[in-house]
Amino acid sequence: MLGIVRQKVLGQSLQKVRPGVSLLRSYSSAAKQMTVREALNSALDEEMSADPKVFLMGEEVGEYQGAYKISKGLLEKYGPERVLDTPITEAGFTGIGVGAAYYGLKPVVEFMTFNFSMQAIDHIINSAAKSNYMSAGQISVPIVFRGPNGAAAGVGAQHSQCYAAWYASCPGLKVLTPYNSEDARGLLKAAIRDPDPVIFLENELLYGESFPVSDEVLDSSFCLPIGKAKIEREGKDVTISAFSKMVGHALKAAEILEKDGIDAEVINLRSIRPLDRSTINTSVRKTNRLITVEEGFPQHGVGAEICASVVEESFGYLDAPVERVAGADVPMPYAANLERMAVPQVEDIVRAAKRACYRSVPLAAAA
Amino acid sequence: MALSHLATSSSRSAALLRPLSSSIYLRRPISTDTTPITVETSVPFTSHQCEAPSRSVETNPKELLTFFRDMALMRRMEIAADSLYKAKLIRGFCHLYDGQEAVAVGMEAAITKKDCIITAYRDHCTFVGRGGTLLEVFSELMGRQAGCSRGKGGSMHFYKKDSNFYGGHGIVGAQVPLGCGLAFAQKYSKDENVTFALYGDGAANQGQLFEALNISALWDLPAILVCENNHYGMGTAEWRAAKSPAYYKRGDYVPGLKVDGMDALAVKQACKFAKEHALKNGPIILEMDTYRYHGHSMSDPGSTYRTRDEISGVRQRSVIQLKE
Repeated sequence: MLGIVRQKVLGQSLQKVRPGVSLLRSYSSAAKQMTVREALNSALDEEMSADPKVFLMGEEVGEYQGAYKISKGLLEKYGPERVLDTPITEAGFTGIGVGAAYYGLKPVVEFMTFNFSMQAIDHIINSAAKSNYMSAGQISVPIVFRGPNGAAAGVGAQHSQCYAAWYASCPGLKVLTPYNSEDARGLLKAAIRDPDPVIFLENELLYGESFPVSDEVLDSSFCLPIGKAKIEREGKDVTISAFSKMVGHALKAAEILEKDGIDAEVINLRSIRPLDRSTINTSVRKTNRLITVEEGFPQHGVGAEICASVVEESFGYLDAPVERVAGADVPMPYAANLERMAVPQVEDIVRAAKRACYRSVPLAAAA
Repeated sequence: MALSHLATSSSRSAALLRPLSSSIYLRRPISTDTTPITVETSVPFTSHQCEAPSRSVETNPKELLTFFRDMALMRRMEIAADSLYKAKLIRGFCHLYDGQEAVAVGMEAAITKKDCIITAYRDHCTFVGRGGTLLEVFSELMGRQAGCSRGKGGSMHFYKKDSNFYGGHGIVGAQVPLGCGLAFAQKYSKDENVTFALYGDGAANQGQLFEALNISALWDLPAILVCENNHYGMGTAEWRAAKSPAYYKRGDYVPGLKVDGMDALAVKQACKFAKEHALKNGPIILEMDTYRYHGHSMSDPGSTYRTRDEISGVRQRSVIQLKE
């Protein structure tokens, strides 16, 4: 069973600032720093405070303060009726969460990692996602399924899979992938307020990372639209699309590429379903080259869908084949050196961008 | 004469639009007699971890006639669905409930529309019991817009949210945790109502059922798990699928009651008892001993795994004749 995995994020250039108890201490107009963990915690807190129908359930969310401390302090504040510790029975408690949503409550179901969501996937897909359609709108399911997704560090094959592509292929679901603290706050609030089932894919390695947040982001009414990507970095030579942790990698890759005279545009997808095809295609029509980056398995992945979308809508604008950077097509190995090779690194993105810009020898065939 | 009254009053299709309670079948003089009478159930209840309710059930002539009418309507409806399916006007799956009508009808007599019901795919009669009309049923089965799910659901996905009927589920066993979730929400909202989650003897072996029951017992949810034991999970007899076919005892620490599911009054008594129990003490299991005359679905002749003698033997105990 997964215990708490405290991870120091390697090569992190941002300082980790822990603001302590009050985030509202105003330090003149300097941007405040907030970790993704604090962003999620504050979003949950504010939404639970605003709407009494919102409740949280999952393993260790209450007395343990959350396996990754995302729900810290919530049990004390809202009581055991609204913050529920469940037994280790995903199929059972997920079904109960969906049933509660049928009745009109707004459950937030936490999976300790999304790997465990497979035990409950029938309820997510058949009981939650499809019900609004099958009932011709009579039943709506305002539920959020959230938790860490994708690779952590050294947790092995059964605890490292990325589920973005699987869930995003199913009509009836919305799939969100926050990157920074602003994403985490805005998207989680949007997810909780949304009347449909939302899969909220966090990343364990991002929980401790700190990002600047504006006053607007800190406001309790702050919300981001679902289905809109964000251009994190504007560029004109090549488009790099990424989500979750890979956005950080893509931004670093862009800095390296800049030194080589390649100006990369980085898109933070934020939403895998609905996918912001418009932003992606507009960007590709500007740069004419596309790299898609994801952590998950390459076959039938998010990058495959993005490539198909670009081929359907902007084929004439492409000056090079779409490059797909994804995790290796193997179950995640344990040894650190093998794990590093199984997950995309910054250098992989740089190489792919250079290939797309005809700056290096093309791959003979996909590995 | 009542029949001429029929011809002049409303057209046949308008009658289909009205819910069961105001059906035009009833224009001939029907008893509105509400004098209480007491009837004994056919067999006593068997209980597990609780005291069984009394065999004597309070009823009245009007209610008994309502039972007869409702069950007869459901029976004719299912037989009509059989013919429609054979005429290829109904596609895909069609799971018929004839033989089990007493469970739907007895349950409705014990509860209100504020209590929730959720069931699996053998849902046509349960839907009608909750107030669904024949027009909605047949339209849905034939994929028309007038259907309860506007033709998008089909036989297995009937819903009626305004009567707290939550479907209509195709995945065996999934409806039980969902039902416990409805019960959770009722308790959370302080509604003082209960949820009946129906499942079959085949679904009784599903792991998620025990997961949901564990949580329901831990959190004292007003959930009533009703096993409609028709003794066959598709083509597999209960003794071939379950090491312990005493489904009412499967809850272990959760009380249970075994009920003659062919006797609508026994079902009514059991559901009334269960509702009182669930509101005070948390989950309870009801096992309804019942039978389906059709096969598992229209694709199943229902004769390869049971004998015609068995079927005709059960017809002797016919649920509708008991009422006569």
